[in-house]
Amino acid sequence: MKFKSKSASVPYIIWIALFVIAPIGLVLYYSMLDLNGEFTLVNYKNFFTSAYLTMTLTSFWYALVITFFTLIIAYPTAYLLTKTRHKHLWLMLIIIPSWINLLLKTYAFIGIFGLYGPVNAVIKLLGFDPTQILFTDFSFVFVAVYIFIPFMIIPIFNALDKMNPSLIYAARDLGASPLTTFRRVIFPLTIEGVKSGVQVTFIPALSLFMITRLIAGNKVITLGTAIEQQFLVAQNWGMGSTIAVFLILIMFAIMRFTRTKKKGGRA
Amino acid sequence: MKSLIQIMLAIVIACGLLSFAASKLEAANSAGGKDTLVVYNWGEYIDPSLIDQFEEETGISVIYETYDSNEAMLTKIRQGGSAYDVVVPSEYTIETMIKEDLLIEIDHSKLPNLQNIDPYFLDLPFDPKNKYSIPYFWGTVGVVYNPNEIPKHITFDSWDDLWDPALKNKVFLVDGAREIMGMGLNSLGYSLNSRDDNQLREALEKLKLLNGNVKAIIGDEITPLMINNEATVAVTFSGQAADMMFENEELDYAVPQEGSNLWFDNMVIPKTSKNVAGAHQFMNFMLDAEVAAQNTDYVGYAIPNKAAWELLDDEVVNDERFYPHEESRNNLEVYENLGLELLGTYNEYFLEFKMSLE
Repeated sequence: MKFKSKSASVPYIIWIALFVIAPIGLVLYYSMLDLNGEFTLVNYKNFFTSAYLTMTLTSFWYALVITFFTLIIAYPTAYLLTKTRHKHLWLMLIIIPSWINLLLKTYAFIGIFGLYGPVNAVIKLLGFDPTQILFTDFSFVFVAVYIFIPFMIIPIFNALDKMNPSLIYAARDLGASPLTTFRRVIFPLTIEGVKSGVQVTFIPALSLFMITRLIAGNKVITLGTAIEQQFLVAQNWGMGSTIAVFLILIMFAIMRFTRTKKKGGRA
Repeated sequence: MKSLIQIMLAIVIACGLLSFAASKLEAANSAGGKDTLVVYNWGEYIDPSLIDQFEEETGISVIYETYDSNEAMLTKIRQGGSAYDVVVPSEYTIETMIKEDLLIEIDHSKLPNLQNIDPYFLDLPFDPKNKYSIPYFWGTVGVVYNPNEIPKHITFDSWDDLWDPALKNKVFLVDGAREIMGMGLNSLGYSLNSRDDNQLREALEKLKLLNGNVKAIIGDEITPLMINNEATVAVTFSGQAADMMFENEELDYAVPQEGSNLWFDNMVIPKTSKNVAGAHQFMNFMLDAEVAAQNTDYVGYAIPNKAAWELLDDEVVNDERFYPHEESRNNLEVYENLGLELLGTYNEYFLEFKMSLE
């Protein structure tokens, strides 16, 4: 960002220093303290020698699965939205549920997926035996995808909405099949929307923690759960911070991987 | 830019007005300073009408806040900035708080009702002579289950029943490292305060064999699941079990013979207290026989108040499941404060156990 006068940037600099740089600095500092408050790198060593490495990988895997399903649901939805007549109204209707507190929605799913909940009522109606859907991998991914869908739709919708429709007509006129049009024209032009959608889904998915307990019954352990445990139960702020450092590193990697390329010309 | 500044100004002014209003309200609330009492307690751990009664009797207005873990409470008190007058930690946390010099000594002469407490619950190792803490409730960790849904031979006389193949996908565990690791240790005949890494490893390996049986590891959410018959077997605290059994009469509760955890929650006064006299009044009030009996009816945990036992139903007080006799209490162990390093190991193993579940 460029400001006409330097003084206008002061509040932003203070904000970033206080709420971005200082906390990250503190996390780094705490990650190098052991239980007795002495300076050490033992937390990092523990991270690589214990279960945390496996946990990082499984977190990563679940976040990937969640992002994938969110994307394949959100992209067609966003595309169809841009074709409707009252598209902003529809978009609004999709976004409104995301205003409801996350925890509240999660608790609702405990009832919905329960043995005597509506989903099992339908299963029974179809003649199958009711099953406990709660506390499975399926229920975890389902609820997480449900929560992230609006956040994925918005950037993709914006990208699609901004796209010049004459480009599509041109592609058709030049003989491209619908699939080719999508592959070579629409998708590349909306890739920035997809990237920001992936960012806002993948990164929070890595650190989900209440859902892992309420919906997955702690059978799925993410980095977020481990950080919470270290701070609140084990009271090992050093180890908790170390896990947080790795979470931050992964986030930076994701941001870099999905960064917007600055190229000349218009998108 | 101009409109941005206007918006910001509007927000600042709104915040200013709100905080002014809030401080006015608070000032009105705490008129006189000495007339408020801040109580910090576990969730669902007091009959709210007793707070009203206390306010009426003494003219002290009570600010009531809750927490859901000893550790979260301890962190808040350690950091200062709070003004809690009465807090209700469990025994191993009280030990820590005494060591860290966070508590005020209690003046027993201001607690005439202390004589109502059964001597068994006084002068315990974590706080000799009750210098810092006064008993509130006590209980055990055990198994609550629905006998109609499982084979007859499973009675949870032994922890090993949890490993029975008939319980495939039926077992719920409480989300606590000490409780579950303790259960693993107890089932092998070891102490739940074990400091021996080999024993802890062995317990972990045994816990991992539970894999197929464990449905979920959760917290308070287990209560509605048991009540609605959505869950069959749960390892949990006695009071929570009592709540469930009150709602769902099919359920039963057992404390396995190999031993389990015996816990005490006691009232203490933190150093940050601004109303020490009021805190004593509150404790004495809670020790009153009638108040204690009413509170027990509401909360469901076992009360150490023997004068209150007279007022409670015989059925409640003679229920061996919730008021185990002194000889059966010998099998039970109280948590010791293991120190942060060992607590970390317990947690690490518990995490490893959770990760081994599929």
